[in-house]
Amino acid sequence: MPTTRDTKIITKHFGIKDSHTYAVYKADGGYGAFTKALAMQPAAITEEVKKSLLRGRGGAGFATGLKWTFLPKDAPGPGKPVYLVVNCDESEPGTCKDRELITHDPHMLIEGIAIASYALGAAQSYIYIRGEMIAEAKILSAAVAEAYAQGILGKAHATAGRGEWKLDLAVHRGAGAYICGEETALLNSLEGKRGWPRLKPPFPAVKGLFGQPTIVNNVETLMNVPTIVDKGGEWFAGLGMGKSGGTRIVCLSGHVKNTGVYELPIGITFRELIEEVGGGVTGGKLKGLIPGGSSMPPLDPAEIDVPIEFDALMNDPRIKEVEVKPGIKFDMGGGRGLRTMAGSGGVVVFNDQTDVVKLCARIMRFYHNESCGQCTPCREGTGWLDRICARLARGQGRPGDVDLLAEIAHGIAGNTICPLGEAAAWPMLGFLTKFRPDFEQREREGKPVALGAPKSLRTLPIIGQSPLSPRGTTP
Amino acid sequence: MALAFSAESSRKIAEILPRYPNKQAALLQVLHVAQGQFGHVGADVQELVAETLELPPAHVWGVVTFYTMYHRESVGKNVLMVCTNISCMLRGAEDILGHVEKKLGVKPGETTADGMFTLVEEECLAACADAPMMICGDKYFMRLDTGKVDTALDELRKHPRSEH
Ligand SMILES: Cc1cc2nc3c(=O)[nH]c(=O)nc-3n(C[C@H](O)[C@H](O)[C@H](O)COP(=O)(O)O)c2cc1C
Ligand code: SF4
Ligand code: FES
Repeated sequence: MPTTRDTKIITKHFGIKDSHTYAVYKADGGYGAFTKALAMQPAAITEEVKKSLLRGRGGAGFATGLKWTFLPKDAPGPGKPVYLVVNCDESEPGTCKDRELITHDPHMLIEGIAIASYALGAAQSYIYIRGEMIAEAKILSAAVAEAYAQGILGKAHATAGRGEWKLDLAVHRGAGAYICGEETALLNSLEGKRGWPRLKPPFPAVKGLFGQPTIVNNVETLMNVPTIVDKGGEWFAGLGMGKSGGTRIVCLSGHVKNTGVYELPIGITFRELIEEVGGGVTGGKLKGLIPGGSSMPPLDPAEIDVPIEFDALMNDPRIKEVEVKPGIKFDMGGGRGLRTMAGSGGVVVFNDQTDVVKLCARIMRFYHNESCGQCTPCREGTGWLDRICARLARGQGRPGDVDLLAEIAHGIAGNTICPLGEAAAWPMLGFLTKFRPDFEQREREGKPVALGAPKSLRTLPIIGQSPLSPRGTTP
Repeated sequence: MALAFSAESSRKIAEILPRYPNKQAALLQVLHVAQGQFGHVGADVQELVAETLELPPAHVWGVVTFYTMYHRESVGKNVLMVCTNISCMLRGAEDILGHVEKKLGVKPGETTADGMFTLVEEECLAACADAPMMICGDKYFMRLDTGKVDTALDELRKHPRSEH
């Protein structure tokens, strides 16, 4: 079946009155896939998810079905519970889909969790929701309470593959820390600790929450699972493109007319997204865009005919590879270059009136603020990137600053415990690769290239955290 | 004077504990409950939480200082968070923050003299498609202009959103 822009899977209830309630969800066939799943063997469900080519929507695009098979063979077993942990920490700048999804359709998420928990053998699952999402935590908690009242949760079900099986589900609020979106930091945070990422291996599938085998999946990822069980993996795969099944939620923000959260065919190009969905660029001509959250290298206007699909963004030769210096490509290891990635689905469009140096400086400030401080290259490196980018943006750059930025970013990448280091280094190198003249001119002349940006860059600390003493270190 | 949890807080804590295999895992949630009751989690509140969950006070301190939502000092009735991250910045967030600063007479990190507002400059709050935006407790103010900010501040003065 060809996918059209009207194909809606996980946003199909958007706009329906009271779509967040059990009654409305149930009336549209909700929890039917759960009933169907309980009559299936758990391995058969995982097989359908594999066939569906569902890939993780949290950022990395890892194949969901394959991830589920990484649980040890003896888990779950006596003294070896399995946990499913749902990542609803959504804080990557430019990303605003999970918040909308749980606001409009929390029961689709709960059904996805219930099916996945059965497939994995989890008797206890947790939804880790970002602390600032107070309204959403209420909606989600109310939906969980409804699911308990309806006997979906907390009640034993007769199943085909796990005998009498029962699931408990708890909503766990975070408390303000971007890094807790990283899966091992999230697990530490769930255990009541600081959200410090853990060294991998061991991977969570082997040793995760409370030391037990754990699968971490994103909200959007799991919301696709009921449809996969209902319509079959092949059907779902057919909606997508290449090795990516289903649809994609795109968060469109910045300088376009129709900003919004849209469920779209995976093969749509950035040009179609901007012009046909977004209604065109506002305030000027297109200067560039960030394709999947602020940690992804940006694209320039010559690169926007590429489809928004995981592999295309990594491999399409129409996207220039990120460089360390003009002519010297950045090596991700083994000679593999970096173009960009689909990331979290956050597309941020900026017009030619934008001060890209300042835009980049704001991104660096973010990663500096959010570095957990555990490893030196990230703690110090993001600080340098922040300070040097900020002084360039303010027009106080020094000769050699542009090269210095590239050198620091290069020194961070690949040398840290978790990918936050890369999350800063990649866009830094990406901005320099795509918009180097803007940076060089600022270094030389101290003035913004574009209009509309002479204001000084704010450098005020955020409450409770100073940019100069990263989180977790003693002030 | 030793602090104590109210009956309401104790009921909430009793609901939270069974969700986890150990007491430490409940720490973030219990700190939210404590902050709800006491307004902030200073040293004495941290001690109460540590005692309740049988944790070393140093562990509680480490956690409180790590997460930005726990306030160690008293804050205003409204903790107003204005996003200035990229999507909001591209849509004029600096002007919005500047306007809020002017209206309230405080800078980010400060509380108004009447104790009504604490202003926070925030990172992306996951409403980028509705930029520029700010949030106060469970209430979102989106697609802002200065006029909408004025209306929002008036509303919050009348009906503070004190959850944080
Ligand atoms: C710094 C950092 C922040 C992250 N933030 C999030 C997040 O907010 N939400 C999310 O789902 N995944 C986030 N991730 C990815 C998770 O580590 C993990 O890969 C994901 O939750 C797995 O789910 P998926 O396979 O369904 O995508 C983040 C990763 C890093 C390195
Ligand atoms: S890379 Fe940065 S955020 Fe990740 S563990 Fe190291 S210091 Fe912490
Ligand atoms: S950038 Fe402001 S809400 Fe995301």
